[in-house]
Amino acid sequence: MAESPHLLHRLYEIQQKHRYIPDESIGEVADQFGLPISQVRAVVDFYAFFYTSPRGDYHILFSNCTSCGYQARGVDLLQLLSQQLGVSVNQTRADGRVSVHETSCIGLCDHGASLLINGIPLVRLDPAGIWQMVGLIESGKPLTEWPQAWFHIDNTLHKRGLLLETDLSPGEGLQALLARGWEEILAEIVQSKLRGRGGAGFNTGLKWRLCKEAVAEARYVVCNADEGEPGTFKDRMLLQQYADTLFEGMTICAHIIGAREGYVYLRGEYRYLLPHLQTILARRRQTSLLGKSILAKTGFDFDIEIVVGAGAYICGEESALIESLEGKPGIPRSRPPFPVTQGYLGQPTVVNNVETFIAAAHIAYKGGAWFSSVGTVESAGSKLLSISGDCAAPGIYEYPFGVTLQQILQDCGADNVQAVQVGGPSGILIDQSAFHRRIGFEDVSTGGSLMVFSDQRDVLDIIYQFAAFFAHESCGFCTPCRVGTTLLKQNLYKIVTNQGTRYDMAELQHTSELVRRYSHCGLGHTAANPILDGLQSFPQFFERRLIQRDFSPHFNLDAALEEARRMTQRDDVDAHLEQDIE
Amino acid sequence: MVTEPEASLITIDNQKIPFKHGQTIMDAALAAGIYIPHLCHFPGITPHGNCKHCTVEVNGKPVTACTTLATTGQKIRNDTVELNEARKSLTQMLFIEGNHICPSCEKTGNCPLQAMAYHLGMLEGHYPQQHPVREVDASHPTIMLDRDRCILCSLCVRASREVDGKNVFAIAGRGIDARLIVNTPSGKLIDSDIEVGDLAAKICPVGAILIKERGYDVPIGQRIFDQHRISEIGLENEIVKRAPSDDP
Repeated sequence: MAESPHLLHRLYEIQQKHRYIPDESIGEVADQFGLPISQVRAVVDFYAFFYTSPRGDYHILFSNCTSCGYQARGVDLLQLLSQQLGVSVNQTRADGRVSVHETSCIGLCDHGASLLINGIPLVRLDPAGIWQMVGLIESGKPLTEWPQAWFHIDNTLHKRGLLLETDLSPGEGLQALLARGWEEILAEIVQSKLRGRGGAGFNTGLKWRLCKEAVAEARYVVCNADEGEPGTFKDRMLLQQYADTLFEGMTICAHIIGAREGYVYLRGEYRYLLPHLQTILARRRQTSLLGKSILAKTGFDFDIEIVVGAGAYICGEESALIESLEGKPGIPRSRPPFPVTQGYLGQPTVVNNVETFIAAAHIAYKGGAWFSSVGTVESAGSKLLSISGDCAAPGIYEYPFGVTLQQILQDCGADNVQAVQVGGPSGILIDQSAFHRRIGFEDVSTGGSLMVFSDQRDVLDIIYQFAAFFAHESCGFCTPCRVGTTLLKQNLYKIVTNQGTRYDMAELQHTSELVRRYSHCGLGHTAANPILDGLQSFPQFFERRLIQRDFSPHFNLDAALEEARRMTQRDDVDAHLEQDIE
Repeated sequence: MVTEPEASLITIDNQKIPFKHGQTIMDAALAAGIYIPHLCHFPGITPHGNCKHCTVEVNGKPVTACTTLATTGQKIRNDTVELNEARKSLTQMLFIEGNHICPSCEKTGNCPLQAMAYHLGMLEGHYPQQHPVREVDASHPTIMLDRDRCILCSLCVRASREVDGKNVFAIAGRGIDARLIVNTPSGKLIDSDIEVGDLAAKICPVGAILIKERGYDVPIGQRIFDQHRISEIGLENEIVKRAPSDDP
C-alpha cells in the first residue's frame, strides 16, 4: 500500500531500509522535499521513533505505562528480557540482532504488559513468554513463525451505550445529509450539544460553524487519532471496528464546512492499523462515499489521507498535530489564532477526535434530540471509557455522561481501590473520598482514560512514572515546561529513593505551580497535576520516604568523585567520601 | 463603526496607555515606556513567547505580553511580586539548564540574561545544576557558537530568517534535549552564509553566539549593564527592518 509522499512517511521508509536514518539521507530528503536540511534534521530529532543510529533486526519498544507497562506482578520484564538477550536497555546489541527500548503508553492497557516489536504489538506478556521470546530471537525466527496468540488483540466491549448500540450502514449519514441539506444537519449537530471527545469539550457544532464562516481559499477536516494519553485505547477499538463511521463523520463535516481534503493523524504506535484503514478508504472510494461527486452530488468532492506520526504525545495537541501534518516538529502554536480560523497550511481547519466524528455521523442520521436525550445538561450523550489497571474486567465501557466513579468501579470489578486516575496523567488523581463524583465536563472530565489503582500500589511510584512521562514528552519550546518537567522528575526521584527532605516536598509544590501556571500549552498546564493531586490527597506516600534532615544535596557527593577516581586509577577507602546513610 | 477615543486604551498596573490596532501588549507597553521583562522578544521580529518572562495577567489569566494582542479595556498586571518571583524562577531555570559561568564569559556585563538576574534579585541558581554536555562550534573564522550558554530563545533563528534574509539556525531535539543547530549538511557554522554584520550574529541575549577576536574590547565596568539596568535598555524600541524576501 503506497503511502502519501509525506515527510514523516519518507523518513519512516528510509528507516525501514537502514534500521535508522543515516545522516546522508537527511540531505537527500531535504532536497527531495525542497526543505531546509535543518528542518528535516529537527524532525528526525524530535520524534521518538526516528533513530540516528542503527536499531536491531528485532527492534523492541516496551511500553512503560502504568497499565500496559513492563512491570508485571512485581517482575521487571524489560530488565528480564534485556538481561537474557545480553543487551543494555536503549542500546543495540553488537551483532545487530536486537535492540530493546522503552516507550510511552502504546494503548494496549487492556492487554497487560505489552510491547511493539518492529511496530507490531505483542500482548499479555509474562516471564515465561519473555523466555520463549529470547529463544525465538536468538534463533532468528521471523515474526510470522512466532506464536500467533501473542499478537492477538481483542477489543473487549464490556458495556455498549448510545453509540455502540446503534448501527449505521456506510452512506446512511451522508444520504441524510444530502436529503436534508447541510444547514439542517449542522442545526442537528448544534442541537445535539455534542462537545469534543478529546477532553477539552469545545462545542462541535460551533466549531464547524466558525470554520464554515471563516474566509478562506480552502478548508480542512482533520481527525485527531493521536490517542497518546496513557491509559487510553478506545480509539484503537473505534479505528478497528468503526472506521467507516469515522470516515462518514469526517465526510459530513467536509460537506458542511466546504472542505475537499481531510487527514487522519494516526499515532505512530497504531501504525499496524494502517492496512485496515486503507482498505476501508478504498472501499468507500469504490462505493462513491469518497472521491469526486460523492453519492452523485456534483461538487461534493472529498478525500481522506492518513498521516502516521512517529512517537510524540504532544502531537495530540491540535496545533502541534497540525505542525506535524505540515512536516515539522510538533511544537504547539500560540493560540489564538485557533485552527478553526488558521489551521493546516494557515487555512480554517476542524480538528476533532475519532469519537467526536463518529458521534457526529450518528447525529446526522438520528438527529440532535436522539443524542441529547442521554447524558447531563452540560454533557450531552455518552462517553467511551478505556478502563485499565487493578480491576477484574479491563476494557471499553460506554456510559451516559453523569455516571459516578463508584458505579464504574463496581461494573469493572475493582475491589480495594485506593485511587483512580481519570483522564490519564494529565487528568485528575482521585482518592476514595471522591468516588461519588461524576464523569462529565462539569465535574470529572476525561478524554477516555480511567486507571484503577488498588491499595497494593504505591501511589508515589505511579506519580513518579507520570512525571517521567511528561519530562520525556515535553516539546522543549518554553522554559517552564522544558526545564520544569525535568526538575519535577528529578525532585521526585530524590524522594522516591529516600533522599528527600521536607524542603524537597516544598520545592515540588513550588515548581509544580510554576509549570502549571506559566507553560505555553496544555501539556505544561497539566504536567504537574499528578504531583499536586498526590501532595494534596496522598501526602503520606511522600512523607514516609523522607529523611529527617533539613537539607540533603541533589547529588551524591561520593558518586561525583567517580570520574576523579578513574583518572587517578584509585578505588581505595581514602578515595571515597563517608556516606552517612540513615 | 465609530471609533471612540476610549476604545484604544489598556491599563497596565493602574496606568492607562494607548495602543494601535494590531499591536501586542508588549508593543504598546514599550511604546509607552513601560518595561515588561523579556528575553526572547525583539521589536520587529515575530514574537514567539518561549522564555515566558513577559507573562502578565490579563483579567487574572497569565498570557505572554509579546504574543497577545492588545484589546480595549484589558486590565493588565505586570510589575507584581508574584509575577516577578515567577520570572526569577524562570531565569534560574535558564541558568541551571545550561553552563553559565559569568566570570569567565566574554558576554558578562553585556548579557541580558545576567542583567535579568540582577534585575529580579536572583542571588543563586536555586535548582540543581544540569551540567549538560553541549557542542562548541568554533569552525567559523569570525563567529563562535558556544551552545553551553544557549537559552533556546530562538532569536538568532528568527533574525536570520526575517531580517538577514538567510536561514542559518534552527532548534532541534525535544524537551530538555532541545538544541540549536546550524542549517548546513555538516551542521557547522563555517559552511553557512552567516556574516559578522548579520543581526543573527549579534542578537544573542547570552554568550552563545560571539564575534571572534573582539574579546574584552570594552573593559568590564564600562559595559552596557554596568551602566544601565535592563529595564532601561529593554525599553529601547527601535524596530528592525525585515528582509525584502521575508514574507511575514
